[in-house]
Amino acid sequence: METATIAPPIKSEEYFINMGPQHPATHGVLRLLLTLDGEIIKKVEPDLGYIHRSIEKMCERNSYQQIIHLTDRLDYLSSHINNEAVCLAVEAALGVEVPERVKVVRTILDELIRISSHCLWWGVMGMDLGALTSYFYAFRDREMINDIFEETCGARLTMNYNVPGGLMHDIHPNFVARTREFLAHFKTKLPEYDRLLTDNVIFQKRTKGVGVLSRQDAIAFGASGPVGRASGYSCDVRVHHPYSALPKVTFKEALRTEGDSFARYQVRIQEMWESVAIIEQLIDAIPEGPHQVATDAVIKLPKGEFYQKVETARGELGVFIISTGTKNPYRLKFRSPGFSNLSLLNHIAVGGKIGDLVATMATLDLVIPDIDR
Amino acid sequence: MSYFTEIYHGVKTLLTGMRVTGRYFITSGKSAITQQYPDNRASLKMFDRFRGEVVMLHDENNEHSCTGCQKCELACPNGSIEIIWDRGVDPETGKKKKFIDKHIYHLGMCTQCGLCVQACPSNAIVWAQKFRKTRSTTEPS
Repeated sequence: METATIAPPIKSEEYFINMGPQHPATHGVLRLLLTLDGEIIKKVEPDLGYIHRSIEKMCERNSYQQIIHLTDRLDYLSSHINNEAVCLAVEAALGVEVPERVKVVRTILDELIRISSHCLWWGVMGMDLGALTSYFYAFRDREMINDIFEETCGARLTMNYNVPGGLMHDIHPNFVARTREFLAHFKTKLPEYDRLLTDNVIFQKRTKGVGVLSRQDAIAFGASGPVGRASGYSCDVRVHHPYSALPKVTFKEALRTEGDSFARYQVRIQEMWESVAIIEQLIDAIPEGPHQVATDAVIKLPKGEFYQKVETARGELGVFIISTGTKNPYRLKFRSPGFSNLSLLNHIAVGGKIGDLVATMATLDLVIPDIDR
Repeated sequence: MSYFTEIYHGVKTLLTGMRVTGRYFITSGKSAITQQYPDNRASLKMFDRFRGEVVMLHDENNEHSCTGCQKCELACPNGSIEIIWDRGVDPETGKKKKFIDKHIYHLGMCTQCGLCVQACPSNAIVWAQKFRKTRSTTEPS
């Protein structure tokens, strides 16, 4: 009788897998090089550059009015806030004080686009974790905001509504009525978001304790926006360095201390409530006045360096302009929130499963054109 | 939490979510929130400020008000507008004057930023709301 051969012990080896550049969960052309042991993640290496458009270099060639429309294409979900960042930097450099009406309208539009961005994030996050319904509900509400933007600014996504010294046009006569209608609608829908997704047991099990980021690490990696605030790091530019009409309004900074995916989710849901509160404080009393102050046709900034930061839906966006006194900037640098938030992905995803990586990436809310520029 | 309590809570939260979707299933009826785009093409009206494409207005005598000042060409960030001009003699005053030969608008390079329309001093170019740039072969042009 033949003796049974003893099977050699199973050897486990690490292996690579590409997640992206065309993966639905990366929301764009981001390639992640995963080193895996079975299904456990050992290392995550983001590979960037698939949609690099050299926007910073193009800014050096363009005049200050022309730069603004390029910033639409950075983080296209908060394009109005990006436009405002450049406008505020140029206005501060020129020493131009914009009218009160401009400040109020800018802040209202900022918060509207923040809600719109978070709506999209909420829908897509549900979809990433296997709940397709949330996607349609979020887009239903987002559609109303897009209509407001289309009527007032002329475009739904890349609106290019800010110009140095004010706004391109005055607001549309229907703007106030439409915004009030949206707020009334949205306040009844936000509790529905909670009932549908936040309380869901499957959703909670997939997000609680996943991708935990401590406060020290959040500061060390330069995390900003909801990612930083979910770890207890108070980093809201709107609170610490208020701009436009923000000094006039009162709102609470959304803060959590858990630092996991669920905390980041809760921060964004709370931010939608806070944005609604900010708009409600401003919408009833938009001051009368001009929508623009006249600037020179050819804007020349004085020689020097200028920095302005604003809070986009993803975090802190900084615009750094070096001017040599000509009509083009010598150098223009964007500090984009997505880049810093992506840098901590390896830190928080290691040790988890691939399914957890999807949940972690969804709550980081990455917009790839913002990272690549 | 005990095993059965956990099951009870799980089922309860799932049913809460199902109630939201179920209510829409029953109450929404046929009032869809989406637009049935190709079917409503005849009745679809875009907003007045919608930036579709740049057009030069012509009056009933087929004349436009463009003076060939090239401000739109300078304002354009991508070189979408190209103006070919020539010098001629003004028939009224007899002085030399700049005349526009051609105003070329490259739609393919345009990013719809709106700076050219803002820059135009004589309101010669405006935004048209046309957003559909293609045509089916079965449609008349």
